[in-house]
Amino acid sequence: MSTAATERLARLLALVPYLIARPGIRVDQAAADFGVPPKQLRKDLELLWMCGLPGYGPGDLIDLSFEGETVTVTFDAGMSRPLRLTGAEATALVVALRALAETPGVADTDAVRRALAKIEAAAGEAQPAGVVVGLAAWEGERTAKVRATVTEAARQRRAIRIRYYTASRDESSSRTVDPMRLLLVEGRGYLEGWCRQAQGVRLFRLDRIDAVETLDETAAPPPCAEPTDVSAGLFRPAADHEAAVLLLEPDGRWIAEYYAVDEVTELAGGRCRVVMRYTDPAWMVRLVLGAGGQAVVLGPPTLAERVRERAEAAVRRATCGATG
Amino acid sequence: MSVIRAERLVNLVLCLLSTRQYLSAERIRDIVPGYSDAPSNEAFYRMFERDKAELRDLGVPLETGRGVLVDQVEGYRIARRDYELGDVDLAPDEAAAVALAVRLWDSPDLTSAAEGALLKLRAAGVHVDRATPAVIEPRVRTSEPAFAPLLAAVQTRRAVMFDYRRPVPAEVRTRTVEPWGIVSWRGRWYLVGHDRDRAAVRCFRLSRIVGPVRTVGVAGAVRRPTEVDLLKIVTGSGDEPAIGTTARLWVAAGQAAGLRRGAKRVGARRVDGVAGDLLEIELHSPESAAGWIAGFGEDVVVLEPDLLRKAVYERLLGAASAAGNIDREEP
Repeated sequence: MSTAATERLARLLALVPYLIARPGIRVDQAAADFGVPPKQLRKDLELLWMCGLPGYGPGDLIDLSFEGETVTVTFDAGMSRPLRLTGAEATALVVALRALAETPGVADTDAVRRALAKIEAAAGEAQPAGVVVGLAAWEGERTAKVRATVTEAARQRRAIRIRYYTASRDESSSRTVDPMRLLLVEGRGYLEGWCRQAQGVRLFRLDRIDAVETLDETAAPPPCAEPTDVSAGLFRPAADHEAAVLLLEPDGRWIAEYYAVDEVTELAGGRCRVVMRYTDPAWMVRLVLGAGGQAVVLGPPTLAERVRERAEAAVRRATCGATG
Repeated sequence: MSVIRAERLVNLVLCLLSTRQYLSAERIRDIVPGYSDAPSNEAFYRMFERDKAELRDLGVPLETGRGVLVDQVEGYRIARRDYELGDVDLAPDEAAAVALAVRLWDSPDLTSAAEGALLKLRAAGVHVDRATPAVIEPRVRTSEPAFAPLLAAVQTRRAVMFDYRRPVPAEVRTRTVEPWGIVSWRGRWYLVGHDRDRAAVRCFRLSRIVGPVRTVGVAGAVRRPTEVDLLKIVTGSGDEPAIGTTARLWVAAGQAAGLRRGAKRVGARRVDGVAGDLLEIELHSPESAAGWIAGFGEDVVVLEPDLLRKAVYERLLGAASAAGNIDREEP
């Protein structure tokens, strides 16, 4: 059976109890809660209307009364409660709640713990095990302080001024930001906010904020400031990004694990070839130089040439520095 | 699913929930609408088997048993206490925590499971406003293809076999593991379990698993020790102790902003005829710092300590020689 069909059956079994708990709810509101178009929800209701208890006479079928745009269950045919959670559902929810409960400074841990206890009690037999999420981010003392200040500013809806290091351009700049929220993604903390200099929504890595000052000014991101969709990862390659082809030696493979790469081709001897997108050539040159020969630029030729020039100049100067 | 089948399945659930006695397949065929359409016995049993499997996949606890009378055949029913979700009454702040937990996952498998749980909680009368924004939004992604098969193996307690790439020494080896759990730590997923080949507890990074994960043996065969802290096994294995050291560097004027961030300027000097600053910087891990410093190329020269100077020099030499050999690397 297809996933869509399975989803529909799950929805059909949940719909009657859902409606019982909310007499007179608007059909479009119910549709939104179930994540389907109102038209689909109406079809589901029509189907349920044809279902009931053996006998299947007028008094045995599920009965619904429609009034305007609203619906109320008048007979539930014995389907008054939702189905218990499956093992997978309990795991997904309980593991996430435990992660929130055990990471200080992320959520209201008291509320999370209470919710967790109730969900665990309701899940009954479906006790999850075997998945653990540690949400704690990499952060030193300085970043922890930055995080506390930024979190408080976001809570109080206050604008902030930050000194921010942009690694791709290797430069520090001062920016005024209207905080929107903090994101904890892939083990790092980020501030998402409206950057008044860039006139756009930006993500700022907390460990690259070198100074932060809370302003006596209300944070006012413009209405067009939409939260960033990070579901596919933080770095989203764009059409205007350049692409480098890198040959990675075994000791340079960490690059393919650490950065977003595509088109990984395995080669003999544990080496691989990857395509990696980047916004600033200078950043790519720094990455390859730092890899010390464990990453080699195969293309584009201009990038390969820049790496070679920089590497040779650096070797010459390092020799001078030692003597001079 | 056809309307007919969806309707039949809902009717089947209602019918089996409403009975205390076990109903035989034949009896179900007679009373639940839809089954009478089956043109033959064989067609009916095929249909009924598929329906049972579908309901079990959804988590419907179908009970099988026989009635009290002698010669009764096997039948089916659904015990209400096993079917129904227990009472859940969440305060608004608890509901907000649940909404945040559902949003935590950016994962095809876990997102849909969490959404399924949310659907049922809502059906139980809990009001969860998914749109309530939180100041801090944690997100956990699962993008590794090995995630879903390993999660299934952990949950069914079944051993697995996969090819695993080790970076040092660079090799790909087939590993057979009794999976105890999957752990997310600092943005990476790890499998923790008993490695049968090494006869020891091991952690495996999911991103280093090459190709498909195969199951080995039967479900239920893996026994996870009860007193085991999976997260601790992962966190205890990765972090090398940090050895702090102070380095002295020359940095060309106006260059290497990244290095200047954490550094103290202690003087000025010309190197190779170029004006620059003398900086002192605290380094926590000299080995990874060498790559970072080498990245700045001719704009930075390490003066002290000697070990770091040599490490950076070797990296630059390596980069220069690799860049010079590029034509031979790729015919």
